[in-house]
Amino acid sequence: MSTILPIFKREFRSYFRSPIAYIFISAFLIVSGWFFYQTFFVLDYASMRNYFDILPWLFLIFVPMITMRLWAEERKLGTMEVLMTLPVRDHEAVLGKYLASLAFLAIALLLTVPIPITAMLLGDPDVGSMVAGYIGALFMGAAYLAMGIFVSSLTQNQIVAAIVGWVVCFILFFIGNDLVLFSAPKVLVPLFEYLGLGNHFDSIGRGVLDSRDMIYYLSVIVFFLFLNVRVIESRKG
Amino acid sequence: MIQVSNLTKRFGPTVAVRDVSFNVQRGEVVGFLGPNGAGKTTTMRVLTCYLPADEGTATIAGFDVGTHPLEVRSRIGYLPESAPLYTEMGVIDYLNFIGEVRGLDRQRCRQRVQDMIGVCGLEEVVKKDINELSRGYRQRVGLAQTLIHDPDVLILDEPTSGLDPNQIIEIRQLIREIGREKTVILSTHILPEVTATCSRVIIINKGGLVADASPQELAERSRGRERVYLTVRGPQAEVEAKLAALSAVRSVRAVGNPTPGRVRYEITSADGVDPTEQLFQVAADNRWPLSELYREASSLEQVFIQLTQSEPQSEPVAAS
Repeated sequence: MSTILPIFKREFRSYFRSPIAYIFISAFLIVSGWFFYQTFFVLDYASMRNYFDILPWLFLIFVPMITMRLWAEERKLGTMEVLMTLPVRDHEAVLGKYLASLAFLAIALLLTVPIPITAMLLGDPDVGSMVAGYIGALFMGAAYLAMGIFVSSLTQNQIVAAIVGWVVCFILFFIGNDLVLFSAPKVLVPLFEYLGLGNHFDSIGRGVLDSRDMIYYLSVIVFFLFLNVRVIESRKG
Repeated sequence: MIQVSNLTKRFGPTVAVRDVSFNVQRGEVVGFLGPNGAGKTTTMRVLTCYLPADEGTATIAGFDVGTHPLEVRSRIGYLPESAPLYTEMGVIDYLNFIGEVRGLDRQRCRQRVQDMIGVCGLEEVVKKDINELSRGYRQRVGLAQTLIHDPDVLILDEPTSGLDPNQIIEIRQLIREIGREKTVILSTHILPEVTATCSRVIIINKGGLVADASPQELAERSRGRERVYLTVRGPQAEVEAKLAALSAVRSVRAVGNPTPGRVRYEITSADGVDPTEQLFQVAADNRWPLSELYREASSLEQVFIQLTQSEPQSEPVAAS
């Protein structure tokens, strides 16, 4: 277990060694802030609801870009051969990298703190809802990250990892959307409705942390991390 | 220290390593020699628990690579081909990372990193990022990484590939020093490297083991088939026929016209015989002006070419 920490540290620091991290975080903050403030003043209501509503879409776009290099770069550089011949278990390597990406996302979310502060300065928002919203956002982001890191393990090309990551995240997000449910065969509708990532964020956006939604996100995370470990195990041979 | 037994590894229909067996004792420095694609890297990847074997077993320091990969990996240092490194990291950061992952506590890690910087000659580049380093220094960082935890066994895949002649000499010197106390397997297709650093040579070709002996023993065993180069002026057909008829000659081949009128012949001698006197005699008897008579000393290169260009033999050349 003790190998997870050095791997986590290395990967996490690695994000900040390149200018991409800073560009990325800036872009995320600017874009999310811009969309939020578009409606915030018009609505004249101190709540972060609109922010959390756009977050699933924003994560969809940004998260695969966070995860694209996690395994693809190891393959490309050839360092996978070094990493996987160190006394490290496969799942430790996966967890170390995953947690690093999660920490990175957490930092990005943390930096949006001017938004709730603005809401609190201008009005009287429900702080509990906002906190719940952030927690839920982190869980949702964590689910996207798990999908993204899995996709990254399938290729050595970061761009491919990003694009396929977008597709996979989009499919899982969109599968519960009304448009899909409307045209899907009747018998599959409840299944699709449950699988839809976006659906599980509805309550969270309102500030309600439903344990069913948390379980859903945790299941997605565990599932994709498990797949990731299998891919790493098998790709060697 | 290392025992490999009937190792076989396939990639789909291709058999990369076929029924390879060898042992390496503690303290030996063994050279893995073979043309590109022979199976050297694949064998090493099985030894380092990176790839699973399809058949056969391998144990390092008593641990089976299939059932105890973590124990094996913590006892070996591995440098893959082209020394892959995390290029965005600094030299010290990278070595610290490897030390930490290998379970060294902070103090010991720091000490070992400093030691390795000294041993591998990295003093001048200590503060740099890895992507700023030349190939030679990257190789040294790679080597330092294999030694951080002071393993008993080192597995080096083409440690001098891509280096300039000066760097090659330095790395070989380093390997020789390291090899004094540790068990080392290094792979290469550069023959002088093997004679410079190794006490034993294992030659692999097309996945199969074709030789396992010391460089001197291999050279001796090939002594039977020497090559002699003869350049004379004379009617080519007649010259070839008369040369081929000599008892000391196994085969004759014309290989060029160094100057108009003169023909150079490559002569392979019969086993264990030196044909130079017979060649001189036949040239003198027929009054062919002789301008070159050169005997190529049998060398590892010849052994290598002989063993790797012919079909895999059923009995590999082994140390007696």
